[in-house]
Parts: sequence; C-alpha cells; structure tokens
Amino acid sequence: MKTRIEQVFKQDKDLLNIFITAGYPQINSLPNIAKELINQGVDVLEIGMPYSDPLADGEVIQEASSIALNNGITINKIFGQVVEIRRMSDSIPLILMGYFNQLLQVGVEEFLKKSKKSGVDGLIIPDLPVEVYLSGYKELFEQYGIKISFLITPQTSEERIKMLDKTCTSFLYIVSDNSLTGTSSDGFNKEQLAYFKRIKALELSSPTMIGFGISSKNMVVEANKYADGAIIGSAYIEAIRTNEGVKFIEMLTS
Amino acid sequence: MKPTIDGFYGNFGGAFVPEMLHKNVEELKNNYLRILSADAYKTELADLLKNYVGRPTPLYKAVNLSKKYNTNVYLKREDLNHTGAHKINNALGQILLAKKMGKTSIIAETGAGQHGVATATACALFGLPCKVFMGELDIERQAPNVARMKMLGAEVIPALSGSRTLKDATNEAIRYWIANPDTYYLIGSVVGPHPYPDLVARLQAVISKEIKGQLSAENNIENPDYVIACVGGGSNAAGAFYHFIDNEDVKLVAVEAAGEGVHSGKSAATFQLGSLGVIHGNQTLVMQTSEGQIIEPFSISAGLDYPGIGPMLAELLSSKRCIGLDATDKEALEAAKLLTEQEGIIPALESAHAIAALEKIEFKPTDVVVINLSGRGDKDMATYMKYVKNEN
Repeated sequence: MKTRIEQVFKQDKDLLNIFITAGYPQINSLPNIAKELINQGVDVLEIGMPYSDPLADGEVIQEASSIALNNGITINKIFGQVVEIRRMSDSIPLILMGYFNQLLQVGVEEFLKKSKKSGVDGLIIPDLPVEVYLSGYKELFEQYGIKISFLITPQTSEERIKMLDKTCTSFLYIVSDNSLTGTSSDGFNKEQLAYFKRIKALELSSPTMIGFGISSKNMVVEANKYADGAIIGSAYIEAIRTNEGVKFIEMLTS
Repeated sequence: MKPTIDGFYGNFGGAFVPEMLHKNVEELKNNYLRILSADAYKTELADLLKNYVGRPTPLYKAVNLSKKYNTNVYLKREDLNHTGAHKINNALGQILLAKKMGKTSIIAETGAGQHGVATATACALFGLPCKVFMGELDIERQAPNVARMKMLGAEVIPALSGSRTLKDATNEAIRYWIANPDTYYLIGSVVGPHPYPDLVARLQAVISKEIKGQLSAENNIENPDYVIACVGGGSNAAGAFYHFIDNEDVKLVAVEAAGEGVHSGKSAATFQLGSLGVIHGNQTLVMQTSEGQIIEPFSISAGLDYPGIGPMLAELLSSKRCIGLDATDKEALEAAKLLTEQEGIIPALESAHAIAALEKIEFKPTDVVVINLSGRGDKDMATYMKYVKNEN
C-alpha cells in the first residue's frame, strides 16, 4: 500500500505545500485554517510547532511562533488538532515541522508514537543533522512509519545531496536560497534557477519541493518546473495576519 | 580534555546545525586543528599575546583577602589583558584562523560586550569588517562597551527577540550566518556546534598553562588546591581549568549566576536548573520547560545571563570532576565591593561571582586558591554606583 506522501507525488500536476504555525493567530485556529486549505485544493500541509528559539526561521514565522506560544499552544494540543484535521481528510499528507529539542523533551520515541497515532505522515526537523538521524533515530522512525525530509541548500555538495536523497523517506526540501527573510521580490533570480536546474539534472529518487521566499503564483509555477512542488510559509502567515488567507490561496490556485 | 571526533564530551556536545550551516561547520572542523598546530600560526599568536595583549598576565597573591579568609588566595589577572578580559585570547586566536581560512568578514555575539570589544579590536587590527550582535537589554546595561565597539569600527546590531540578552544575540548571529555563509562566525565562549567548544577551550587554555608555570616558578608550588572561575557559557572556566583537569588533586570550582536566587524564577543557574537539551547547535544542560521551550534566564551580569552551559563544563560538572557553586546578584555585588576595598581591584560583575565563592568554601590555611579574575569592572560602573547609592 502506498503512503499518503507517495500517493500525492504520484499525481501528474503542480503541487502546493502550505506551512502554517499551530496556535496562530488563535490557539485553536489550526483545524479551521486546515479545513479551508484542504477545500481549496492544497496538496500538502506543513504544520509548524512553535519554538522559543527557531534558528532556521525568518522574522515572520518567529513572530507567529511567539504569538502562538503566548496563546498557550502545546505539543499535546497540536497533536489533538492534527487528529481533527486527519478526520477531515484521509489523504492529505500532514507534515510536522519543529526543532530537535522539542522531540528530545517529549522523548523521540514517544513523539513518533504520538505522531503516528494522530495521523502525521512526516517530520521536518531542520537542526537534526542527517548523521545524527542515521546513527541514532532511523530505526525508530521506521518502526513507527514516520517519514523524514532533509534540506538541500545552494551550498550542499553533490555527494551530500545524493546521500540525503538516499536517506530521505519523504520529500527533499530544496531551500531556494539561504536568506531567512521569508519574502522575496516576485520571481527567482538567475543563480537560483541555475541551482534548481542542477538539482533537477541529478534525477534524484526522492520527490523534491522548493521552499523559502515563494510568494506568488508565478513562482509556484516556476518551482514546479524544476521540482515536484512548491512550499509557501511566510507569505501565507502574512496573508493570515491580514485576514486574507483564503484570497491568497485563491490567487495561487486560480 | 578533548572531545570525541563528533565533538562529544560524554553525553554533551555534538553539532546540531541546520543543513544551511553544514558546509561552514564542516570546513572549520576539517581545518582548525591543522591550522592551530602549524608553527607559523603558533608564532604569530604567541607574539600577539605577548606584545599586543600583554601576556603573561600576573598571578597576584591577594594578601588582604588571604588574611581575611586565612588561606592563600591568588588572582589570575585576566582583567589586565588589553581590552579588559580573557576574551581577547580567543578573539585573536580565531581571527588568525579565519584569515588562514580566507574569510573576509567577521560576526560575533556578545553578552557583557567583552567578547564584542575583543572581536572588534581584532577586526580593527586585521582590517576586517565586523558585525556584533548584542541583546537590546545588554546594550542598555553595558553602554561603555557598546561605545568602544563602535569606536573600533564594528557595527552593533541589537537583538530584539526573547529576553533581549546573550541567548537572543546568539540566535541572531546564527541566523545571519545562515543567510551569509561566507562570513566567519567568531563565537566567544565554549558553546555552539563542534568544533567551537574545543577551539575556544584550546585558545583559552593559555590561562591555566600560565597559572601552572607561575605557581611553580614564582612560588615554588606544584599544584593549586583550588581553581575557581565563574561560568556562563564557560570560556574563562574552561581556560583556567584546562591543564588541571587530569590532575584530580586540583579541585575545580565553577560558580554560576543565581540571579535573585536559584529557585526564585529569576536565575541563570543552568547546572542546577537545566536538563539535557539542544541549544545553539550543541547538546548540553539547558534551562527549559517540559516541552523543550527555552526559559529566559536572569542575572545582573550580562556575561553570565545564559540558559545553557558549554558541553565541556556540563560534563565536568555532571561527572563531579568540577564542583558547582552559585552566587546571587547580591552576593556578587558584595564580592565586588570586597575585592575593591581589600585589594584595590574593581572586578567585572561576572568575575565577582567567582570571588563570591570565597564565602562558600572552608579553606585550610595551607590551601592554595587560584581565582580567575576574568575581567575588569569599568563596564559595570553604572550598576556598581547604583548599588553603592542604594546601600548608603
């Protein structure tokens, strides 16, 4: 039986992955936001677990995380909300994104168990290096059937990309550029496109999604030319902040 | 004390960095030992430490304190270094390393501003552009050092998130490094991803090397009975302990900042309040909630106001090789006053925490007690004046 992640990447269409911070703007906003996104045809949902010290996030997501933590969001509440979302759709891949310390404190095995039980398909943990995953946690992830994504950046060597591809059990997250500012002018620059082409030419076995700095339909279409999908985070959080989440997704999917 | 090949001291250390930093950290890991052990590097650094910094720093027998506590108190005068603290040992060592690695710009984080000043100084000397990240609260409470950094040509960038102190300055420095991977991140303490804790410890080890030599040559003493240092991230402690770690006869004492009291809710006593976690790229003891959210620390001393502790110190404390003590804000202020009145030396607030240990240990009259006086108090005059005023 194919997993939800495999199913979604089997389709011959442009894919859209939307990131949303749990507990933002209100503590219980997530299920309603997810419902809208599912209805609007978003293909993958990435749920951010707010962290006090999110090193790999830009200002917009830092701010959303901080508001969510002040709202009182907890990991157990997030799992509860994931259960609700899973009830709305049995097919959409649900990916949790957070920091390794959050897993460590819950207990990595306990965290994976809870993930599985609530209907999570995969994790993105930016500060869990592939080496640590391989030496300490791969078996546990496999035992609970939780998939893992790894990041690829413009600095990642070809040799390392191939190793990440081999180890990845979900999709590879292609970081469009290193700046964490979260937003960009409309369109990728020449260097970025050359980098995407370089990755595409490697014909990796894992599916790929391009993220960081994507904010327009044009960029989503462009990203899908080089990868299997596009990921939008900060631009969507911004849209939610101004109550324009639905309109923003309409703009992207029209 | 050397870490494993993956940078672990027991259960502490490692390199938990996002993929964006993998190449940078790997590059440093693959080059630092080779460069540090090269003769040309060693000669250049030794020359700078002698003629620019003013090393060796004196090991001064504090006669009045010795009398008061009926023992033998020696102060390792790191406060007499150029720029006023031990931080310059590391800043110069790393800037030479960065030059050898072909780096052309430098960033740093700072708490009390001593590491920021040391880095800005090294950058001025070598003509490299320098950005220093500093918590907004620390910019307020360590104003003289901010002015020094600016005069030295560094750009001081305020960290506005969290408690607006050292932790947040470090977050911002790491984010800038992610976005600008060509820059060299000159970390100021024995924290961060491997190999930084080992790198910084090696560069600060000159402190204990000199203590050993000075005790034996000038005082005919083989080994001290105690070496005492304050600990935030732990760089001056790591340096003062380094060459004594394998000698179990030497008691190592690390004094952390208790703020308003270890259990007051306003404290930076990481060894007592922390549990195993990951912060700033290494696994160590961290002040955190049961869900792994980092707890904002508190200390009157900006340099000790940190919710983690270097992995080497975490291992020394956990294995009981090192004795963990703490001093409150008030105890540190009293210790600063004491040192000033008794010996005519105004210490940095950080170092005053180490002096405060004199009240907490029962020494024998024959004991040789070395306290690492890591920095001078010029930067803390505003805080001291306020304290003196409130007392009178």
